[in-house]
Amino acid sequence: MKRKTFTLFLAAAAAASLAWTPAQAQAQTTEVSFFYPVAVGGPIAKAIDGFAADFMKANPGIKVNPIYAGTYQETIVKALTAHKAGTPPVTSVLLSTDMFTLIDEDAIVPIDNFVRTADDKAWLDSFYPAFMMNSRSGGKTWGVPFQRSTIVMYYNKELFKEAGLDPNRPPENLAELKAAAAKLTKKDASGKVLQYGVQIPSTGFGYWMLQTMTTANDAILANDAGTQVKLDDPKVVESLQYWVDLGKAGVHPPGVVEWGTTPKDFFEKKTAIMYTTTGNLTNVKANAKFDFGVGMIPGNKRKGSPTGGGNFYIFKKASPAQQEAAFKFIKWITQPERAAVWSMDTGYVAVSQAAYGTDALRKYGRDFPPALVARDQLPVSVAEFSTHDNQRVTKALNDAVQAALTGAKTPAQALQDAQHEADRILRSYK
Amino acid sequence: MSARRLGATGPGATAVHAWLLLLPALVLLVAFTHWPAVATFIDSFYSTPKGSRPAVWVGLENYQAMVDDPVFWKAVRNNLWFAGATIPLSIGLALVMALWVNERIAGRAFLRMAYFTPTVLPMIAVANIWLFFYTPQYGLLEQLTGALGLPSHNWLGDPRTALACVTVVAVWKEAGFFMIFYLAALQTLNPSLREAAAIEGASRWTFFRRVQWPLLMPTTLFVLVNAVINAFRAVDHIFVLTRGGPDNASTLLLYHLYEVGFKFWDTAYAAAITVVLVVVLASVALFQFFVLDKRVHYK
Repeated sequence: MKRKTFTLFLAAAAAASLAWTPAQAQAQTTEVSFFYPVAVGGPIAKAIDGFAADFMKANPGIKVNPIYAGTYQETIVKALTAHKAGTPPVTSVLLSTDMFTLIDEDAIVPIDNFVRTADDKAWLDSFYPAFMMNSRSGGKTWGVPFQRSTIVMYYNKELFKEAGLDPNRPPENLAELKAAAAKLTKKDASGKVLQYGVQIPSTGFGYWMLQTMTTANDAILANDAGTQVKLDDPKVVESLQYWVDLGKAGVHPPGVVEWGTTPKDFFEKKTAIMYTTTGNLTNVKANAKFDFGVGMIPGNKRKGSPTGGGNFYIFKKASPAQQEAAFKFIKWITQPERAAVWSMDTGYVAVSQAAYGTDALRKYGRDFPPALVARDQLPVSVAEFSTHDNQRVTKALNDAVQAALTGAKTPAQALQDAQHEADRILRSYK
Repeated sequence: MSARRLGATGPGATAVHAWLLLLPALVLLVAFTHWPAVATFIDSFYSTPKGSRPAVWVGLENYQAMVDDPVFWKAVRNNLWFAGATIPLSIGLALVMALWVNERIAGRAFLRMAYFTPTVLPMIAVANIWLFFYTPQYGLLEQLTGALGLPSHNWLGDPRTALACVTVVAVWKEAGFFMIFYLAALQTLNPSLREAAAIEGASRWTFFRRVQWPLLMPTTLFVLVNAVINAFRAVDHIFVLTRGGPDNASTLLLYHLYEVGFKFWDTAYAAAITVVLVVVLASVALFQFFVLDKRVHYK
């Protein structure tokens, strides 16, 4: 009797599972885990969650699972650790400069694998060429621009007026910047500085800030293949010397300046001009209690700034269905309307010309012209410093910048040491 | 009933029984302590696997790279300096605080709590608070030195002061923790000793030097072991305060290890550094257990 009940139960279970399977297959969803970092102020996590929710509403078969993974640095650590353990995220936003590292680790697949229709091709061609410089290598596209930026110069218009400078005409070149900074520096009776003219942060992204000055001097630090660097070029030494001289002249804080507290220094009027990413624009707009302006990075021999920020990558170890779903999500989120919203929410540059053609962003740009400065700077922008073994080479350059700024080494000596170290690291990639 | 049956079947079964009881702890220890240590040791003789390029035997190459690595030596020097400052300072401070709050003074409970508070906070939170103490121009420290008419100083951005700054944070965090052990030890001392000393007319200093300090020796050893471990384990506040900078001025060994392992993904070299770190720490621990431990018990 007992056994009979058990058999019956088994049969019922089998029947139920048979009946259930087709239904389950129909409702089966593809899960896409998505790691993303936050490097600037503002409610970015909320914006990302909102995008994911909207996407899932439009695509019921796909479940996008956004995971906030810390800074860029922490996010790549988590993504690569997961890759090595065999279960990477399906897609992640990581620095565009980490492209070579991800290729060397065999962690990602080219985006070209998913581009099949004419519509896909048009989409891939729609991004600003300046952003694609850090997204392509060896004839393949490895990353899709998303939270991309350039460095811009924020300045306090009120302090400009007080110092007798034209608040609608920010410094155009390095000489003007130095002269303006001198006028903007305020000291008390004992000679203690109350307010610096200009502040260029040197922790975390020191190499990036140095690039604003080397680009002005018409020097390119790394080749396109990421296998060779030219750090000891006299034009680079001159650039670093200029930065050191700003400190020596007393118009820039001495020593190393913290990346994270620089916007706060600007809000507190401890500096009249700051260099930082355009990704901070919405943060500055919300927190600066004075009239501020945004200018292009001052030039010297030429104008220009390096691009920066993060790209979408698709990981190799995800299943083909997951990769396709991720591609669909990436294509969806970079459409002009979404890119426009994202740019307005954060200050990051919208990734395509078409996004600036949307009504929303056109109107926003009319009411708030600083939002367009980074875009206008794109035609003269260069690729951000990126090589194989990128983090290590970048650290060598960051150390050189810090050694020069703190006076431990001369700019020439510091850059020579960095070149030597970079040559050693890159030896195996030639 | 069942226990008697097990006992009755002889010593072999008892051994099996014992091993079964040990098994859960053994599995955890092997999986999370012994096997990783052995694997790390083996990995340190191979190259770093990368993408489709598997690891190959390179012998002592990773150790050779370490000898040639200026940042490693900078980290060693910094860490010795850091240990040399944090260990005596945090222990000394802990002892002074414990002696003080052991006395009958007004607001004793409040003082004890205040001293212990830093210990309860996570190190990352502590570092974030201190980041704003050290901020140039408007940080707390700047406001204090500014009020005294001293010139402004970029505490974390100057290679001469960066390491000292992170050391102060570590001492501040640790002293309260060690104080608890000293306080507990002081309260277990027999009160008749104090009465006897009072009758003899011993001064407070003599009482401390001749009675309390020798009796606190086992606690001091325990605290010392912890302080040494912490000095080489310190890493979290470096991330927030300086990221090892400027120009590696405040890089500690574990931070360098993290950078090599998880920033540069040179896991083989990181394994070699780990082996060196483990060997050094193990020798210090053995010295403490087998040499110092015999000398601290007052008879």
